[in-house]
Amino acid sequence: MPRPEFQAPPDVFYNESEARKYTTSSRIIEIQSRISERALELLALPNDGVPKLLLDIGCGSGLSGETLTEHGHHWIGYDISKSMLDVALERETEGDLLLADMGQGLGLRPGVIDGAISISAIQWLCNADKSSHDPRLRLKAFFGSLYRCLARGARAVLQFYADNVKQSEMIVTFAMRAGFAGGVVVDWPHSSKAKKSYLVLTCGPPSVTTSLPKGKGENGEGCSDDDDNESSGEDGDRTVGIYERNRPKKRQKTKKNGKGKDWLLRKKEQMRRRGHDVPADTKYTGRKRKGYF
Amino acid sequence: MRLLTHNMLASNVRGATTGYPLTLEATNWCTKEVELNSDFIRGLLPKIDWRALVAATRAVGLPELLPEEQPPEEEIFADGAADVEGSAIRRIHHALLEVHVQEGSLVCPDTSRCFPINKGIPNMMLHEDEV
Repeated sequence: MPRPEFQAPPDVFYNESEARKYTTSSRIIEIQSRISERALELLALPNDGVPKLLLDIGCGSGLSGETLTEHGHHWIGYDISKSMLDVALERETEGDLLLADMGQGLGLRPGVIDGAISISAIQWLCNADKSSHDPRLRLKAFFGSLYRCLARGARAVLQFYADNVKQSEMIVTFAMRAGFAGGVVVDWPHSSKAKKSYLVLTCGPPSVTTSLPKGKGENGEGCSDDDDNESSGEDGDRTVGIYERNRPKKRQKTKKNGKGKDWLLRKKEQMRRRGHDVPADTKYTGRKRKGYF
Repeated sequence: MRLLTHNMLASNVRGATTGYPLTLEATNWCTKEVELNSDFIRGLLPKIDWRALVAATRAVGLPELLPEEQPPEEEIFADGAADVEGSAIRRIHHALLEVHVQEGSLVCPDTSRCFPINKGIPNMMLHEDEV
């Protein structure tokens, strides 16, 4: 399946039909929900039960924001696709919605936001969709404004799908230049399907207490659902293969053994014990007859 | 769009020095009831631009909802104030979280750039020459 970034700009790609298709797919809903839960976990908000004011950048039709609402938080959602936001209105999402391009900066007052999440959105910033677009300037504008609007000590967790290593490095570089501390946390790094990258950023100077959290599934500890499915499939294939290969070999061996002189001598002895007339054993016993016979 | 969000927004237009508070012009608005959480209001209040909030409530036609000056914290968060109809915290909660602007516009104070609000969603997209 080709990546959507290569097909069209986000406001064109997510047109009315695509936005509706995206939102009604139960698989996408499940994936979005799981990623959002993980992002919220990585956000490491204090466990004081007080709701926070969060950002959802690239909120789309409100799938990820729904997770924030379920945890009691208030959120403001940004998306560039009007169709996606229309679907969000239909679904009556709780958060406030804004039609905006994150590459132009977030447009918020300084120090007012308690945290931010973004689900599969910031990789779009790496593509120049218009002649006036410069990916580096857009990343700079985005991370600069994000840093400004977050309160001191607040965190941002941005999940993304990088097309290659350069893209990943470019994103991280501009985040660091904006003043953030932190880095990339990768869940399930060994699985091509389940692998998820989270850019975990902390607003303010780094300290010992804000160490980077560990990704799930590293060093083979545990498996995700996708991993289980893949590995069991492979095992099945191998077993069948081995079984097929063994059978012909056995047959061949049996044929090769055949009947030799030993067998013949054993048979003659057996017949004598049963009282039959048996020719005497000679040096010719068990030899092949000549052709003319 | 809630008035809380309006209070947070700033203009990104080139040439804008501060870019906030945006002038709110509301032609249509409604209210949706939200459960009051004192702790959320307490954490939020230091970040609120009070004058912008008062101006916003007047823009939607509720000039008496909030006083010109922010009330002292003891009054807002007095014990049992959350249960009293018409108390300071109730009115602040109503203004911030329950008033939704459906149609109208936001105007940048520095450049007079107008951002339309349609169906409750402000359009903050900038043209290429404004970035």
